[in-house]
Amino acid sequence: MELLVILLARDIYANGTVVYTLGASLPDLTIPGGYIVPVRIILEVDGMSIFMGIISATVALAAAVYSLRFMKAETGQAKFYTLLLLMVVGMLGLEFTGDMFNLFVFLEILSISGAALVAFRTRFGDTSEGGFKYIVISAIGALTVLFAVGLLYAQYNLLNIAALADVMQYTILDEIALALLVIAFVMKLGGVPLHMWVPDAYSVAPAPVTAMLVVSSQACLYALFRVCFTLYGVSLNMATVGWIVIILGVLSMFIGVTMAIPQTDIKRLMAYHAISQTGYMLLGVGVGLAVLGNAEALAAYGRDAMAGGIFHIINHALYKGLLFLTAGALFYRLGHRDLNRMGGLGHNMKFTAIFFIIGALAISGIPPLNGFASKFMIYESVYQFNPILAIIAMLVSIITLASFTKAFQSAFTGPQLPESKDVKEVPKGMIVGMGILAAVIIVFSIFPGLIVDNIVYPATDALINQAGYINAVMGGVP
Amino acid sequence: MSILESGLAFWNPIIWIFVFIIALALAYYFRSRGQKKYKKGTAQTEIFLSGEEPPEAEERHVKAHNIYWGFFETLKGYYKENMRAHTGIVNDYVIWFVALIALTAVILFVVGLIQ
Repeated sequence: MELLVILLARDIYANGTVVYTLGASLPDLTIPGGYIVPVRIILEVDGMSIFMGIISATVALAAAVYSLRFMKAETGQAKFYTLLLLMVVGMLGLEFTGDMFNLFVFLEILSISGAALVAFRTRFGDTSEGGFKYIVISAIGALTVLFAVGLLYAQYNLLNIAALADVMQYTILDEIALALLVIAFVMKLGGVPLHMWVPDAYSVAPAPVTAMLVVSSQACLYALFRVCFTLYGVSLNMATVGWIVIILGVLSMFIGVTMAIPQTDIKRLMAYHAISQTGYMLLGVGVGLAVLGNAEALAAYGRDAMAGGIFHIINHALYKGLLFLTAGALFYRLGHRDLNRMGGLGHNMKFTAIFFIIGALAISGIPPLNGFASKFMIYESVYQFNPILAIIAMLVSIITLASFTKAFQSAFTGPQLPESKDVKEVPKGMIVGMGILAAVIIVFSIFPGLIVDNIVYPATDALINQAGYINAVMGGVP
Repeated sequence: MSILESGLAFWNPIIWIFVFIIALALAYYFRSRGQKKYKKGTAQTEIFLSGEEPPEAEERHVKAHNIYWGFFETLKGYYKENMRAHTGIVNDYVIWFVALIALTAVILFVVGLIQ
């Protein structure tokens, strides 16, 4: 799957947006003869879609490798891997679809498989609660999306994103649909104040599933961006929507990180940091959205702010995925997640400790790791938009470092505790899973320019270029 | 491949790593010039706690909930309100969701009217 995504990426970076019309005699026959609008389901993959596809496929690979050992003792292996693959289908479908109704369908697939995986280890009491909360908020979010799609369909008789964007009138109903879509996706991606389900679900899921949940939240972030930039685009008052996204981003950054520090459950701590880091992405892309109608500001700093936010998506998927896998390694050996009962594990779990350090330094934005590179882009560009926002972002990074220092000190440093003296390093399969992500983090850290120039800016430009997305489907229609 | 430009500044991790290695080498050099009479396993390396017997090694480890006590004490009011909002009840999550949709729709509607 990773290979297929990479092959598709090569094609897109060489030849531009790829469309695939399901059921048509030719894959690129988006509008059949005699019609003036697309009537079939169309997959449309541009620079932004494939960027998200690369993230999903890479983290899914690491999670699957890690699961081979982590889930070995569990019953229902066939169900577990089926659900894991179903989750990948949901993510890739959400990222590749060019159709609003299909976006809802893939969101549902992602949510149902995710909820089942959160609650997979039913022998723990809290997993059912986490799974229940996840499915409730997912169902409500998905139904809200469906209602918004209904509002659009009722007005335009269309479901295709490009076709809808082409005829969008920006009526009051469109504005209501926009509000429904934006807030539904903000809840699914775990933005403050709709973040409260995140620690409940992330902390109880098996570690590889938590890594997948991070990426699934990012798929919803992608859906938010696709709706704002492509479906609605520059014609609507995007400055207002941009500021809404920025405010939600700043709230997510600050409340996420300040709620992370007091946590003593290592996965809840990491879950709150996931919320906080999502704030950076919302901030960066929100600034781009706020200046979308101002070509001068967009060229001066808006595009860079968006690139910083988008670069942070892939960095976050990597280091947060790695951190959750290290938390899973601790749980695998200790059987609990309580930092108060940990200590001195670095003596026996050296690989896990090293992977934790890499992830912790990266998320805290410490040079030369990849988290610093994307935060550097965000700070520099957001400062030109509004210095206070950049200062808050820097402050949040400092608190993040403080929080992970606490987690590292509690778990890995100090003398060996009597109850963990016999603890061993995790099996090699789990080390390989963590190693894949750590290796990619190091490559991204050393060659940030390569990543930004070749996959981040094409993704940014694809988001900005609404006309390009529309033309790939509607090109032949006058 | 390594250089990242932001328009105002640039970031090159290779230069940073190079400078970091030099800094490490300098630190190691200065350390090697220090006092050499240090003896492991003698009273020089034992803990001195105002004449009191120091606790066992495992009891000296600072637990997670004790770290940053002063920070939480200073921001007690902030945390009290924040913790109250985090009820853990899924009904409350949905109330927040409905309220935020309503607020966003009103903002978009009002801004649309003004324009």
